Amino acid sequence: MNDAAHMPEVPLLKVKDLVRRYKLPRESLLRAPGEVLALNGVSVRVMAGRSLGVVGESGSGKSTFARLVMALERPTSGSVLLSGRDLNAMPADELRCARRDFQMVFQDPYGSLDPRQTIARIVAEPLTALGKLDRASLRERVAGVLRQVGLRDADIDKYPHEFSGGQRQRIAIARALITQPKLIVADEPVSALDVSVQAQVLNLLQDLQEQFGLSYILISHDLAVVDYLCDEVVVMYLGRIVEQGTPADLFARCAHPYTRALLDAVPRAKAGAVRPRREIFATASQSAASSGCPYAPRCPLADQHCRDVPPRLREIGANHLAACHKAEAVMALPLPAAEAGSALVPDRHGA
Amino acid sequence: MSKSNDTPLIAVEGLGISLNTSRGRAQAVREVSFALRRGETLGLVGESGCGKSITALALMGLLPDSAIVSGSVRLDGGELVGLTEPDYCRLRGNRISMIFQEPMTALNPMHTIGRQVAEPLRRHKKLSAAEARREAIALLDRVGLPDAAKRVDAYPHQLSGGQRQRVTIAMALACQPDVLIADEPTTALDVTIQRQILDLIADLVEERGMAMILISHDLGVIAENVQRMMVMYGGTVVERGTTAQVFSRMGHPYTQGLFRARPRLGAGKGTRLTTIAGTVPELADLPKGCTFADRCSFVIERCRAALPVAIDVGGDHRVRCIRTDVSMAGAVAEAGA
Repeated sequence: MNDAAHMPEVPLLKVKDLVRRYKLPRESLLRAPGEVLALNGVSVRVMAGRSLGVVGESGSGKSTFARLVMALERPTSGSVLLSGRDLNAMPADELRCARRDFQMVFQDPYGSLDPRQTIARIVAEPLTALGKLDRASLRERVAGVLRQVGLRDADIDKYPHEFSGGQRQRIAIARALITQPKLIVADEPVSALDVSVQAQVLNLLQDLQEQFGLSYILISHDLAVVDYLCDEVVVMYLGRIVEQGTPADLFARCAHPYTRALLDAVPRAKAGAVRPRREIFATASQSAASSGCPYAPRCPLADQHCRDVPPRLREIGANHLAACHKAEAVMALPLPAAEAGSALVPDRHGA
Repeated sequence: MSKSNDTPLIAVEGLGISLNTSRGRAQAVREVSFALRRGETLGLVGESGCGKSITALALMGLLPDSAIVSGSVRLDGGELVGLTEPDYCRLRGNRISMIFQEPMTALNPMHTIGRQVAEPLRRHKKLSAAEARREAIALLDRVGLPDAAKRVDAYPHQLSGGQRQRVTIAMALACQPDVLIADEPTTALDVTIQRQILDLIADLVEERGMAMILISHDLGVIAENVQRMMVMYGGTVVERGTTAQVFSRMGHPYTQGLFRARPRLGAGKGTRLTTIAGTVPELADLPKGCTFADRCSFVIERCRAALPVAIDVGGDHRVRCIRTDVSMAGAVAEAGA
């Protein structure tokens, strides 16, 4: 990659100790309302031109994380610094201008495009929100980004219903690209798409990154998608990062039992695949204030120490962090079977 | 139950479905045939618009009134095509049930889950309210809803996605159906929950000796959960066989393309996904010949002339392609490389 040379030190995005609480509806007049700790001290940094993947189950806080990075909500505490500037310390006016640098692509390409507006208006909206531009140059910019995402100039005056799911997601990507952002936050960008279309959109995201040096934050429940697109991955569980590292580290030498459980659960498309049965563990609640490791109730390796002392996120290899007392033991366990053994796919996993 | 083990429980022969679309009549499904005995499982794979869900709806008798169905669907020897609505009502939820993709929209937000699970029992089995409630609690308990006796009066919004899907499974199983159709039952769920739900369905299919049709776009889910599979494209079955046969020797260029297009764990950043060129054809303008011809890299003139017949490539593994000599030779060479 060619990115390290341009910006050796300053990360594009620096997120520090991000905490976000949500108040629950009040259940009794006399008792204080309960709280959900959606994010509980998350810190990450993303270098320019690099991609960060965020994986976890629903309720892990990954979408809250995205909303905070996009400054759509204010954190309870902690900071989000983009190019060194704190997004939450800016006056509203300045923040609106700063939004040029970070844009978002949403999950559902059917819900995220206004059906009553033409593609030209939808894609131009981030620019019009930033300031005045005359119609002709706006249309020129729109046509430009549409070409970049593989759509035709003729599509500019059409309406969203005239496009397929994959094309709509291209339009959503074009809308994010039009302000020439440095960072795109994509929340499950391909999970609503068919397999063959998903591949096209993923290839497009990769091409755009190479072309413009974009950074992505990719939120996904699909580990393979994250593996394909990201340089670094964080695994979240109940609002905390439980493991962080390169995809290679995470998927070949995973050090947290939760990452392992996620990997284990991915169905393997190969002949004679038999799903090993696992015991059912209940998902813990976010509002429960537990003393030890939050994953302990689901963890097959948990002992009394785990239930008493919460593990800290610690380094267990070069750029590989895990929040588990038994990380070394987890790493020593045999890996879940890779998806090899089919006549069509040579085993690229490399054990 | 009374029939001997040799007659299939459900037999579909030459099923064709034509639908009214905004662009006129469209042949959504052509020449679909399969048969299932008790305890057998069949997977349907394909992308949106390939006809897999329409096939399921046809079995359930839930197609729009304007749909024209040809061919035959027999349940225990009795013809279902052309059955009147009151007759179908006696089968639906009783002998054939379906689990839908979105547990939130499949449940009525205004009724308690207990009432919804009890509804088929009251309707088909004519149980009293108290009996149905007791049975509903037992069912909710069986599908692994914690504290079933207390949660029976909960509303759908009080449950998580996985729990809601458990409730829809309890509803589908209430009357001990013979045929269970699961249409993308886990697509809306997390991978860890997906596994629990699939385990549950597998246990229940085994326990009750049902025949199951599992619809999914996920090749991994199909590989791990069914004995036989059919790959659908453009309303036709392009490949069928046992799961082992199809995954060890993919015959149809579409099946191969679908398989290659998936991002795989361990491939790493920088690898490119092999896409299938073009897009899924609209139902209204499906080509006359092979439906995949416009996107296929092996296409020749003869492909476009007529719908290819499904040829046997070994052990009743059938591929609807006239170029299997080329497509399957490629697959073997790749494995050797």
